[in-house]
Amino acid sequence: MSQAAGEFLRMLPFLVAAWLFVVGLYGIVTSRHLVHLIMCLVVVQTSTYLLLLGVGYKIGAAAPIFADIPVGTPAVDPVTHALMLTDIVVEATVMALLLALAIQAEERAGSVDPEQLRIMRG
Amino acid sequence: MNHRARTALFLVGGLGLLCFYVWGLHGLPGFGHYPGPYGDLINSLTVFERHATDAVTAVNFDYRGFDTLGEEFILFASVMGANLLLRKQKDDREEDPPLDQAEDRVVPPTSDAVRVTGLALVLPIVVFGLYTISHGQLTPGGGFQGGVILASMPLIIYLCGDYKSFDHVTSHVLSEITEALGAGGYAIAGLISIMFGLNYLTNFIPLGQTGDVLSSGTILLISVLTGLEVAGGLVVLMISFFRQSLVYRKTDEESRGPR
Repeated sequence: MSQAAGEFLRMLPFLVAAWLFVVGLYGIVTSRHLVHLIMCLVVVQTSTYLLLLGVGYKIGAAAPIFADIPVGTPAVDPVTHALMLTDIVVEATVMALLLALAIQAEERAGSVDPEQLRIMRG
Repeated sequence: MNHRARTALFLVGGLGLLCFYVWGLHGLPGFGHYPGPYGDLINSLTVFERHATDAVTAVNFDYRGFDTLGEEFILFASVMGANLLLRKQKDDREEDPPLDQAEDRVVPPTSDAVRVTGLALVLPIVVFGLYTISHGQLTPGGGFQGGVILASMPLIIYLCGDYKSFDHVTSHVLSEITEALGAGGYAIAGLISIMFGLNYLTNFIPLGQTGDVLSSGTILLISVLTGLEVAGGLVVLMISFFRQSLVYRKTDEESRGPR
């Protein structure tokens, strides 16, 4: 494998994470519908999963579960996995909160287009 | 700011982000070359220090238990927030339910295949959820995953029955109590270790035999409490959303009237 290709593969998971982040952000900026906007936010968050797993991964290492492998076997970083699994569950509930906000915005302002939500009422 | 200006601003910002990101990537150790030593230390110590064979659960509920407490309260607060936003309000517009555009056509009843498969899944799902929660310290699992599995049980019942049977198996008050017990219990478990003169959330229960279900001390206790909170919270969310947005449609049987 050439030097450049090796360098590229070494960076690939981080580049994909950046791509997901930017694509989600682009969706948020150009969104015309609140539900679409929330889904784009989820895409942005997905990039953090990939980034964390990429940081914690070790080539050839096992999962950090020592029920059937002896202690001392090379294993990937358990901290990033712990962060991720709480993140996934918490993200689902935060998404529910945002969707509830979208329902309320539709009821108050009569629109789900972020462009139309200019009126602020106390 | 109009659409075009906002997109232009995003493109400029995105370009800047790209430059800094690629620059930052050169300082990273690269994919697959984890530098350690924190993760490696935990991997080599969990089994001896905490008698838990799943390092991920040990990190979640013991080594970084305080962080997870924070995550728990994010979950708790967002469930409460969604619940609050979706409640029936005084000034809600009194809307007529949307008109059924095709009254002569009826919703086909749930097929028998879905019904039988769904109902056959209910008990295994509950058992699997409880197993996942209680074995989190040994094998992959724990409160977060098991709680979600448990909360999928009412959804399966909704899928193979209708809203009435969903309403029958869930209780808003009970789910809220379960959720609050889970969240409060976690915080109190931390306070108990202070009573023993230890730091907040230190493992104070005897660790037991590695590999047993009843081992690893507070990791198991906190895992169960988290399972309660996650399951309760998700069911509260489902109930709120169903009450807000469900359009009641006649099924085949009801439109034909009593036979």
